[in-house]
Parts: sequence; C-alpha cells; structure tokens
Amino acid sequence: MKAVDRSDKIFTAVMAAAALVVTVCCLGFSEPLISPSAVSLLGKYLSYAILALSIDLVWGYMGILSLGHGAFFALGGYAFGMYLMRQIGSRGVYGNAALPDFMVFIGWDRLPWYWLGSDNFFIALAAVILAPGLLALVFGWTAFRARVSGVYFSIMSQALTYALMLAFFLNSLGFGGNNGFTDFKSILGFDIRAGSTAVALFLVTALVLYSAVLLTRRLVGSRLGLVMVALRDNEERVRFAGYKVERVKVAVYTFSAVLAGLGGALYVPQAGIINPSLFAPVFSIEMVACVALGGRGTLYGAILGAFLVSYVKSRLSSDFPDLWPFFLGALFVLVTVFGSGGALNLLNPGKLCRKLFFRRTHGPESN
Amino acid sequence: MRRSLSVLLFFTIGLLAFPADTQAAAGRGAVSSEVMESLKSSRVADRDTAISLLGQDRSPLAGQLLEGLRRGRLFIDRDRDRLYLENDGYVLLWPPDGEDNHGEPVNLKKVGTNNRQRQTLEGLLSLSALNDPLAENRRKASAALIGSSIALPEEIINLLAAEDDRTVRDNLVRILALSSLKDSSASAAEKLAALDELSRLYTPAAQNDLTGLAASGDPVLSPAARKVLAFMEARAQHLALAETFFFGASLGSVLVLAAIGLAITFGVMGVINMAHGEMVMLGAYTVWFMQTLIPEYPGLALILSLPTAFLVSGAVGGIIELSVIKPLYQRPLETLLATFGISLILQQAVRKLISPMNVAVVTPTFMSGQWAVTPNFSLTQGRVIIILFCLAVFLAVYLVLQKTRLGLEVRAVTQNRSMARALGIQAPRADTLTFALGSGVAGLAGVAVSQLTNVGPNLGQDYIVDSFMVVVFGGVGNLWGTLSGGLIIGLCNKFLEPVNGAMLARITIMAGIIIFIQRRPKGLFPPRGRVAAV
Repeated sequence: MKAVDRSDKIFTAVMAAAALVVTVCCLGFSEPLISPSAVSLLGKYLSYAILALSIDLVWGYMGILSLGHGAFFALGGYAFGMYLMRQIGSRGVYGNAALPDFMVFIGWDRLPWYWLGSDNFFIALAAVILAPGLLALVFGWTAFRARVSGVYFSIMSQALTYALMLAFFLNSLGFGGNNGFTDFKSILGFDIRAGSTAVALFLVTALVLYSAVLLTRRLVGSRLGLVMVALRDNEERVRFAGYKVERVKVAVYTFSAVLAGLGGALYVPQAGIINPSLFAPVFSIEMVACVALGGRGTLYGAILGAFLVSYVKSRLSSDFPDLWPFFLGALFVLVTVFGSGGALNLLNPGKLCRKLFFRRTHGPESN
Repeated sequence: MRRSLSVLLFFTIGLLAFPADTQAAAGRGAVSSEVMESLKSSRVADRDTAISLLGQDRSPLAGQLLEGLRRGRLFIDRDRDRLYLENDGYVLLWPPDGEDNHGEPVNLKKVGTNNRQRQTLEGLLSLSALNDPLAENRRKASAALIGSSIALPEEIINLLAAEDDRTVRDNLVRILALSSLKDSSASAAEKLAALDELSRLYTPAAQNDLTGLAASGDPVLSPAARKVLAFMEARAQHLALAETFFFGASLGSVLVLAAIGLAITFGVMGVINMAHGEMVMLGAYTVWFMQTLIPEYPGLALILSLPTAFLVSGAVGGIIELSVIKPLYQRPLETLLATFGISLILQQAVRKLISPMNVAVVTPTFMSGQWAVTPNFSLTQGRVIIILFCLAVFLAVYLVLQKTRLGLEVRAVTQNRSMARALGIQAPRADTLTFALGSGVAGLAGVAVSQLTNVGPNLGQDYIVDSFMVVVFGGVGNLWGTLSGGLIIGLCNKFLEPVNGAMLARITIMAGIIIFIQRRPKGLFPPRGRVAAV
C-alpha cells in the first residue's frame, strides 16, 4: 500500500509541475518558451491519456478488451464539436449564422433535430457524457447479459466502431461526412487560437485527467474494484458467489465510456479537427497498444504508455513517416510476447530480466 | 404499304469486301434496257423504278449496281449506254461484253440518289446480306433492317427457319412482326399474332415496340399490348430478383472465401489472427507478381498463382505461428494484439517494397466475359467462376478436415488436447500445419479478390472485420456456419442495397449482426456437445 501512496504523490507532483511549467513558459514571457501549438499538442496527449486510462480500467481490471473504445472518444468529441461548430456562427465561409458550413454545402436549409440546443455549452456538455454513456450502456448491457465475452466481445466492439465509422462517413448523417468538423473559431467566447485559451484547455485537460486518475484509483481500491479483479480472473466463480456480474461489468464499462467521451471532448478543441478516422478500428487498437506498452492493470502505466506512444508517433511520423508502422507493429509484438508488465517493468529491472530470460511458453489451454 | 409485290433476293456474297473487278468476271446477268433507260433519266421517279427493278434481280451484277448506287460510285455514259463503277479508276459494269473495256470512259455522269432512295438501297443491301455465311454480318444486316421501311420478301420466312444464330433470329422475328403490325391490310388476328411473336422475344427492344403499341390507342392492339407488357414487367421483376440473388451470392462467396481461412484459425484453433487480412493481401499480390513474371499470358499467370498464393500465404502463416503465436497460446487477447502488429508490419513492408499505390492486376478474358442467360439477363463469367471457386475451396477444406490424417489430428487436438497428445499426436506440429492451412486458404481468397477489387496495401483491412463477422455470425468452429453465414450476409447486403444504398446497407448488416450476436452469442450454428465446452 505504501508504494501506491508514493506513486500517487509522484503523479500529483508531476501534474502540478507540468501545469506550472506550461503556464509560465507559454504566458509568462513575451517570447513564449513553449509555443501555444506545442501546448495544444501536449493537451492532445493528455486527452489520449484519458482514453488509455479508460481502456485500462476495463481491460486491466475486468479483462474486457474493448477494441472500440475509440468510438466513445469520438462520440464525445463529435458532441463537443457540434457546440464548437455552432460557435462559428456567421464567421463561416458561407456566413450563415444558423447553419454550419458543411450543411449549407450539402444544401440543407435547417438544422436537423439532433442539433437542437447544440449552441448551449451545458447541453453540449450533457451530450458529451450522454452520447457515449448511453451507447455503452445499451451495447454493454445486451452484450454482457448475453455473456458475450473474451475475444467475441473484442470483435463485437470492433464491429461497432467500424459500423459507426461507415455511418459517420455518410454526408446525410449530418456530421460533416468525410471532413468532419474543423475551422473552429471560439470556445465560450474566447478565441480558440489564442495562447491563453490553449493553456486554459491544457489545464482543464490536466485537471480532468488528474481527477479521473484519483477517481479510478479509488474505484479499483474499493470493494467494487476487488469484484472487478475477481471476475477478470474467474468470472464463473464470482457469479456463483452471488454477485451480479453483468451489472458490475455494465456499470464500469459505461463509466469507462463516459471517461473516454470526456477525453474526446477535450481532444477536439485542442486538435482543431474531428473526423471519422477516430472511429477507425486502428485508432482504438493503437490506444490498446499504449495500455499494453505501459502495463495493463496499473492505470499509471496506461498514461505513461499513451504519452510515450503519442510522442514517438509524432516524432517518427514527421521525421521518418515510413518507419512508424514498423515501429508500432514491432511494439505490439514485443510487448505481448514479452509479457504484460509493460513499460513499468523498466522501473523494476529484476522483474524485467525474469520476464525476458525465463519466459515460459505455453501450449493452448488443455481441458 | 407495300411498294412492290416482292423483292427477290440475290446472291452478292462478299460484295462489300472484294473489289468490283474481281467480281466482274464472275458472271453478269442481263440488265434490261428498261433499267438502263430508267437510270439514264434525270427524273427521280424513274430512278425509283430502276432501284425497284434491280431489287427484284438476283444477279450479282444487280447487286453491284445497287451497292454502287448506295455509295454514289455508279457512273453512266448516256451516249453509249454504259455503266461504270468507280473504284480506283472506272470499271465497266455493263454491257458485259463491251468491246472498249479498257478505253478511257468519256462524258460520265454520276447516278445520284436522294435520301429516301439511299434508305431503300440500304434495306435492299441488308436483305441480301442476310445470306452472308458470317453470323456477324447477318447480325448487322438484320439489325439494320429493323428500322427500315423496306418491303419484305416471302423468302425471309425460309431464312428465319434456316437461321441458327439467336440474335439474327430474334431480329428477324421482330422485323416480321413489326411489318405486319404496320401493315394496314393485315387482319386484326394477324396483328395479334404478330404482337404475340413480339412479346415472346423478351428483348428490351421488343418491349419498347410494345410500349409504343400500348400508347397507340388502337382499340384491339393497345389493350393487348398493355396486357403483354404487364406480363413482361412481372417477368423482368423476376429477372431482377434473380440478378440481385446472383450478385448477393457472388458477394457472399467472396466473404466466405475470405472467412474460411479464419474459420480454421479462429474457429477451429481459437487463435485470433488480425493479420488474416494481410494473408488475403499477399494472395492478391501473388497474382500481380505472377502476371509481371509472365505478362503475355495473364490467364495462365492467374491459374498458376493459385498454388503459389496458397504456398506463399501458408508459409508466412506458418512462420507467424511458430514465432509469435506459439508463445502466446492461452492468452488470446495478447495474440490479437501481436498479430495486429504483424499486420501493420506486413502492410508497411508491401508499401515499402512494392508501392504504396494500388498495383494493376489484369483480368483475363475468361474472367471478364458475359454469359447471357436470356437477352435481358446476363451473368459476369468472373463472378460465376468465383462462386464455383468458393464452393470448391470450401469442399476441399472440408475434405481435408474430415478425411485426412492432418484433419483428424486437428480435430482431435481441438476437442481434447491432452488426450490427443496422450495418444501420440504431436499437438504443436498440428497447430502449425493448421495455421498454415488457414493462411494458405486466405491466400487463395486473395487470388479471387484480386479479380474483383483494387489490389493495394490496404486490401486486407477491407476484409478483416467482415471476415470476423462472418465467422462469429455463422458460429465459431463450424465450417457450414461460415458458408451459410457468408452467403446470408452477402445476400442480405445486395437485397438491402437498392433500399437504402450501399453504405447504409453495410451499416445495417453490421448493426444487425451485432444485435444477432447479442441474442445468440454462439452464432447461427452453436457448437454442441463436448466441443462446446472448449
């Protein structure tokens, strides 16, 4: 338990230091040491970290490998993107105050019903939570009640995000089709391109991540967390012990989806764009790889993994764009073949050596 | 209206193709002085007479004259009553025994024709071309006759009886029916009979004729035509249904092909291979490679790529199994991630080594032809072959699993690993071979897919999600489930497409399967008995 407390302290210290350094370096000097675009990039990484955290919660602690968590992230993003699109108002290319540009472009004359209220920040915030939450509730409830588990659930969740991707590509859905939402101008009345807005968004993202970590750590430390781990290791036994396994699964899955949605909502204003590529199965699997790299079932590992992978990705894909897929692919293979400790193993060299040199090979499960 | 009692047919075979002077010696009938006089006259009506007289003449000379008239190459020497055909110089056509054959023709005048006459000539020439031994020429001639107002000879009935080419027959029937429908002297019964003939053709053209008749307001014909049209409409709907069914079966068989390999690795072995799509891609690239190797024979290259693709994909699959999957048995989720990494590496390797763009794969002639079942219903040969290929591959895989030693070992290891090993089966070897077999079948699917879609590095990605859906939908571990699942998905897709578009159809199917799996997690054919406990 002591180690847990120490890691919490380290995390708090790191987050506080990051917030301070970013704020001072970006706004404290006339010539910013960290440019606003770099701050937005860091903020993007933080939103990825929120997504990775939500994946780790269900995968690391309940053994549910969701290959479609990107869908919740993207839904949250789209929900908040709608608000940002409405904020453009008459500053769009067509100068239409009531309709976003892409709707004018495809010849619509009024907003579809599901866009009603999207210009209100609080309604948008509610949508950010409700859209992924409801989808996860319905999908999770039907899936877990039917005892779809293991790889079947993974494939189903992948099909879900794939189907949503195809749907969001349609212009007639009213979410901008291929191009999605972009060209945002302001958020809550502040200029979205201003340095101070970038820093504020970064700080909000950091705060959300920090609270999410605290919340999930309390969750996994609670009795519910014990049930989660128990059903990960032996679902049948937990069920026989009288626990409503489905309810636990649905509740945690939905919570995780809402968390992912919040990450998506914070991602959109900092990335400045959202399009259906976030629904692509590859994105979700990449985020799962982050978790696997950082070490599943550790929460901090997921955050570390998200940061590492995103950083290496943006470096590699700008300097050596051809190498990035090789790197990511090799990462997948190495991380999985060399066990599930992830990057946090690096902090424990003895354990890593044991993993590397005494790895046992198993045959398929005998029965 | 009949302008002449009958126009006799004449034998001017190959007239269009051969120069006139080689024909000239072949025998010349007598062109009567009446024809000569009429041609000499400058009056249009006289030339009509000449054309009508020539049309009745079956001699080759008459044919030459008509052809010359049609092409504006017939010249007349009025002073000496001579006819010349202009063809790189002037060839004397008439009189046949003209003594100054090689003399320089003087004072020539072109025998002109007007538009209407040219149409008549065209019709007469087409009529004569109906005797051409080449079916291709007869088809052209009969098609040209359809719109023509030329009077038809009785002989056309004999021609029809002797005709063996389907298109020519259809055209002739249509010509006859149309002419008696237009004929004011024909009785109502005759006209109804003609209408009946027309309706039996089932060609789009005949349907057009009938639509015209239905709108004509004729008290007898118009209701009859409408009745026939309604009948044809129903038949067309049946055909459209059959066509949708065919396209659905074709899409379904592609899905089945892509999924059979997965049904083996995932369904039988329980290994999730996210690089399965890349095995399909490798198969498709093998076709491209073979066709680059022997560019002269794309068809042969395609056939040769079948065993090659099987070996290439199978070998890569075997290597993957030995290197990555073997250490990860018992941990299916990790297998999923590791094979996903391999799929990324393979895709990028193809991008780097070959090209990030699509490569051009040739569709050989036997894959691109059309197979006309009825005039309005034709099937692409390639799709028919792919459906048959899918069934053949399915049967082969089924037989391998049921009838061979390998199949026996695989099934034993799947059902009870420890017991199988206790009986002396080398389980690890069986694993590797099964995985290689599944990957090889994916390579075969790639060969088929290369004939239908673009071959590029992303090809595998398009099939992986669908393939998993097919396997899960059909019921894991059940090959029959994969077959029926794939076909059902393909059919549903094609039947939904006209309703709400291709993209939405796919989304609907996807959502449908997700909901179906929630209701029946074990798929269409859930495994039973001991296997079910695995």
